[in-house]
Parts: sequence; structure tokens; C-alpha cells
Amino acid sequence: MTEGSPAPVLRAFRRRDLRAMPGFKAMAWLCIIALYMPLAVLIIFSFNDNRSVVRWTEFSLDWYAKALANDGIRNAALVSVKIALFATVISTVVATMAALATTRTRGFRGQGLVYGIINQPLMIPEIVTAIATLSLFALIKRLTGVTGVGYLMMAHAAFCIPFAYMPIRARLETMTLTMEQAAADLYATPLKAFALITLPLLGPGIVSGAMLAFVVSLDDVIITLLVAGPGETTLPIYILGAIRRGITPEINAVSTILVAVSVLLVVLLFFVQRRMQR
Amino acid sequence: MTNTHTGTVLADQGSADAHRPAAVSVQKLSKRFGAGPFAITALDAVEIDIDQNEFFTLLGPSGCGKTTLLRLIAGFELPSSGTIALQGEDITALPPHRRPVNTVFQSYALFPHMTVAENIGFGLRMLGKSKAEIGTVTERMLALVQLEALAGRRTDQLSGGQQQRVALARALAPAPRVLLLDEPLAALDLKLRKSMQLELKSLQAETGITFIFVTHDQEEALTMSDRIAVMKAGRILQVGNPRQIYDRPEHRFVADFIGDINILEATVLEARDGVATVRLKDGTKVSAGTAAGAAPTGEVAIAIRPENLRLAGEGESATITGTLENLVYFGAASNLHLRLPTGEDLVVRVPGTFAEGRYTPGASLGVSFQPELTRVLA
Ligand SMILES: Nc1ncnc2c1ncn2[C@@H]1O[C@H](COP(=O)(O)OP(=O)(O)OP(=O)(O)O)[C@@H](O)[C@H]1O
Ligand SMILES: [Mg+2]
Repeated sequence: MTEGSPAPVLRAFRRRDLRAMPGFKAMAWLCIIALYMPLAVLIIFSFNDNRSVVRWTEFSLDWYAKALANDGIRNAALVSVKIALFATVISTVVATMAALATTRTRGFRGQGLVYGIINQPLMIPEIVTAIATLSLFALIKRLTGVTGVGYLMMAHAAFCIPFAYMPIRARLETMTLTMEQAAADLYATPLKAFALITLPLLGPGIVSGAMLAFVVSLDDVIITLLVAGPGETTLPIYILGAIRRGITPEINAVSTILVAVSVLLVVLLFFVQRRMQR
Repeated sequence: MTNTHTGTVLADQGSADAHRPAAVSVQKLSKRFGAGPFAITALDAVEIDIDQNEFFTLLGPSGCGKTTLLRLIAGFELPSSGTIALQGEDITALPPHRRPVNTVFQSYALFPHMTVAENIGFGLRMLGKSKAEIGTVTERMLALVQLEALAGRRTDQLSGGQQQRVALARALAPAPRVLLLDEPLAALDLKLRKSMQLELKSLQAETGITFIFVTHDQEEALTMSDRIAVMKAGRILQVGNPRQIYDRPEHRFVADFIGDINILEATVLEARDGVATVRLKDGTKVSAGTAAGAAPTGEVAIAIRPENLRLAGEGESATITGTLENLVYFGAASNLHLRLPTGEDLVVRVPGTFAEGRYTPGASLGVSFQPELTRVLA
């Protein structure tokens, strides 16, 4: 066995071949287990024919049936999707415009600052954003007396913008201006060049931005918890409430559905991005 | 399009036919990038008149402003000063989509989300032509560049040469008055490049469109062009047909940039009627041609190509005698490297077989200069 001797280790190190390093496999497996073990437990017990989430008896789909029949869950899911769709559309449109303005215009003073300002919310702890949003909305409510689900939607749309912005901007930065110039050279007006060349080429970036925004909105707890009015229960909030009353496999079933949805989106995203690379 | 092909215009640039305005006329065109101490002057008061149906080449080293000049004509950049006119009509301020000028980009810039046919038809579509007309023209263009079989392909599935031809067809389809080509052959391998050179040249003759072609390959410029403008650092040094540029360079830079040439320091003794008598550093007197209308005085240089020098035979009088230092054989010809009494080197080209075993280093060889092939440089 030469595996442990210093020579191959050194050689692997020099070649920067991580896979040849001792203990690489073990470490990799450890990481994967740490990442996916909890999910595995959650998913397995969602199929348990028993009220317990720690003692396996038999396979069944009962909890899924129960979860889907639960009005509370159904309403919460509906609210979640509604808000996420709204937030996705608004934030993607805004992010697309912002990305175009920060890459497709002649350089202007403070361009870097604008870029920073758009991305800054990603760095601020979410609880701070949540409290800030809550304070602002409280002020508006007191001044105007308007209430309703609109506040929550606006809050979601706002915090989704930087998430949608990143992939769109990344895509734009790989697109040289030559394409638009070629279109203009072939008599396309600026509007037509945008509609027929820029937008289709930007498409994959916009799709990934939108999907990211959708997932982030669907997933949000903290801001929603603080901003949501009575009756505006999203799925994560519902789950949080249900857990306080004790974990049941019904929650596992709902969570598993959420996981399935997000896996689906990630897979989609993967294919979109693969198209982008071409 | 008019049928009268003017061919090479031997007259000085600027004397464009009064009845027919130049296809492209560039007046005092300057372009500066940046401001203050970091400003770059990419073009400096450039003046050119390009004729209808002309194959006009911009030749010069990297960074001399060739691309910038094309981009100004296409409208992607606005000039700092000066004007651009197309057949007498000032287009300096028009946006690119309103100029009847098309570009073949160096990077081709094909639209990756469209098929070959859609790419070629794009210009006509933007001009609002009917589907039928777009179809017919696209067919014709595909035939012209021999890509009929690939009409439905996506452009990212094409080879470099095929992409190049799509770019050409796309730019030709709207029948522009002027076609701008920015080093369109640079990315191709030598063989494909040679055949594309011929194709381009015959295409230009067939379509009768004015071509403005950019290259930094002097051989390409000489074989393809009706006229060549040699550029350096944002200025045009000389404009002329390939023979003029090659045989009668007016600047040391032009002479040096194109082909091999001997350059010798000299002092003008007398200059009259396009012929000057100059004295080389060792006192030898030589006659040489001067640029039209130029009356050089004082310190100058004379230039003569290795293949225009003759070795003086037995009993013939030589202009100057040098010592053979080196003989370089390369197949069709040999270069004899002589050291002159002036201390300068002189290269004489002789046919390959002629030099075989005939000269030994250290031999004294007489060389005669023909005045009509010797040039005084500014
Ligand atoms: N957008 C720009 N901003 C600043 N400087 C520029 C810009 N475009 C060109 N330049 C400068 O202008 C000069 C001329 O550039 P240009 O691209 O016209 O050269 P070129 O003759 O086409 O060279 P090459 O043969 O390498 O393509 C160069 O010094 C270049 O750095
Ligand atoms: Mg260039």
C-alpha cells in the first residue's frame, strides 16, 4: 500500500488532483450525509403508517391524503403560490430593467454604487430587513388606513429583486454588444433589436432569475412572519404553527411535496443554464 | 447599380468624378477616446474618397485605427470631428440602422438563436420586405455562398469558414451600397483563406458593391484591392493601387511595411520633374524617382526592392560595389546580403538556380540601380 506514503500525496497536491488525496472519499461522503440525512429521515417518515415520526411500522400514503385534504394546508399553499407568482413577476421585470441599465448603457458615474445598492439586501440579516419593512408598512397603514394582502406581496417582490438580478446580470455580462450592433447594422431599430436579439438571448438569464425569485419567495419565513396580516398564512408559516402543536407525519408529507417542487425547479434551472452556456 | 466599372483610379485621391459623387467620402475625420491626459487619438484628420464599385483596403499595423474607421462609417461610433458622406449625402449623424451600409464583423456576430436562413433574411425583414421577396433573396444568397444545404441549421453548428460565409451573405442580402469587412478572413486557416480571397473578389465584381476591407496582411491587400490606404497611428500615409503602393512608396513606413526593401541614407543634390539625383554616404551618385509634385531637399532615404536590383555583368558599369557577406537560398530565389562602402547592408535577390555555387562570401559584386525602380522617401 503506497496510498498513505508522502510521495503520492505530494504528487496529488502538486497536480491539484483533489481526488487522489487521502481521505477525500470519506470526507465527501460525510458531507453528503450531513446534507441529505435529515431530508432522508423527513421523507422516509412521511410514508410511515403511524403517528410517530421516529418509529417505522409500515409504508402508506395516508399522510399525503390527509395533508391534501386539509383545508388549512390547501389555503396556505394557495396563498404561498399567489404571493410567489406576484413577487416573481414584479421582481423579475424590475431586475431585468436594472440589469439592462447597469450593463447596456454608456458607463455613468456611480454605476458601481448602483450595483452595490441592488445587491446590498443580500448582506443584511433578514430579521433586520423584516423589522424595517414592518416599520415602514406600519407607518403607511397609519397614514393611509389601507390594509390587505398587498403589503405582503410588495415585501416579497422587493426582497426577491436582488436574487432575480444576479443571474440576469451575469448573463448580460457574457453577451457582447456586437449582437445588437449587428442587428442595428441590418436596419433594426433599437426597439426591434431589443425585442428580437437582446431579449431572446437574455431569455435563459431571465428564466433562472425568475425561478430563483420564486423559490426564495416560497421559502421565506422571517419577513412573512412579521409582515403578514391575519389570514395571510403561507405554507412555511402554517408548517411552523403546526410544529408547535407537535410534529406529525402530515407535516413531513407537506414538506416532502415542497422538496419535490424545489428539486423540480432546480433540475429545470440546470437545463436552462446548460442552454445558456452554448 | 451602374455597370461602368471604374477599376483602379490612378489619379490622386480627392479628384473624384464630378458627375458621380464618391461612394464614401470621409473628410477631416478624427476620433478621440477618453478625455484629458489619457485621451487616445484613434483617427487623426483622415481624408479618403472611395469610388463606386471599388475594392478599397485599409492596411496597417495593429492599433492604427482601421476598425475605428469602419465603426465610424457603420455608425457604431460618432466622430469627434469631421464628416462622412455616402454618395454625396452627409450621414455623419445618422444612427447605424438608417445607413445603407452593412458590416461583416471580425467575430461574425451571427445570431445564435436563428437559423442560417433567418440570419441571412434578417436585414430584409427589418426593411419590411415581403415574405416572398425575403425567401427569394435568401435563396439567391445561399446559392452565392454555396450554403443551400445548411439553410435550416443553427449557426453554432457551423465551421469557421461556413460561419464566415453566412456573415457575408447576411451582409450582402439587403444589397447595401457599401460593404464593410473587418478582417473577415483572419480566423481562417491559410488554405481556406486563399480560396475565400478569390471568392470575395469575384463576389465583389458580381454584385458591384463597394467593398471597404480591413486587413493587416500586406499580401492579402496587394492581391485583392483596387486601391489600398496604408495607415499608421490614426493617419493615412499613402493611398494608391497595389502597384503604386508596392513600387512607388512615398514613406519609409509604407516601404518597410510592404514587402522586403533596402533603405539607404542619402542627400539630395538636385530634384526636378519627378527625378532626383542623390548622394549616398560614400559619395556615390544615384538617380531616383520622387513622389508626384514633391521636391525633396536635404537628408532623405532611398528605397529599392531586392528583386529590382541587378548584378552588373562583366565589363558593365555598376552603380555601387559591395562585399558579399551572406547568401540565403529559399527555393525560387536567393538573397545576396552585401556590405556597401557606406557601411549599410544591401540585399539583392537573384533567381534560385542562378546563385548556385557562383558566389562565395567575401567576393566583390557590382550592383546597378535602375532609376525608375529606385524611390526617394519622405
Ligand atoms: N472604445 C475604445 N475606447 C478606448 N480606446 C479605443 C477604443 N476603441 C479603440 N481604441 C483605441 O484606438 C486605437 C485604434 O484602435 P482600432 O481598433 O481602430 O485599431 P485596429 O487598427 O483595428 O487594430 P487591429 O489590427 O489590432 O484590429 C487603439 O489604440 C485602441 O486602443
Ligand atoms: Mg481592428
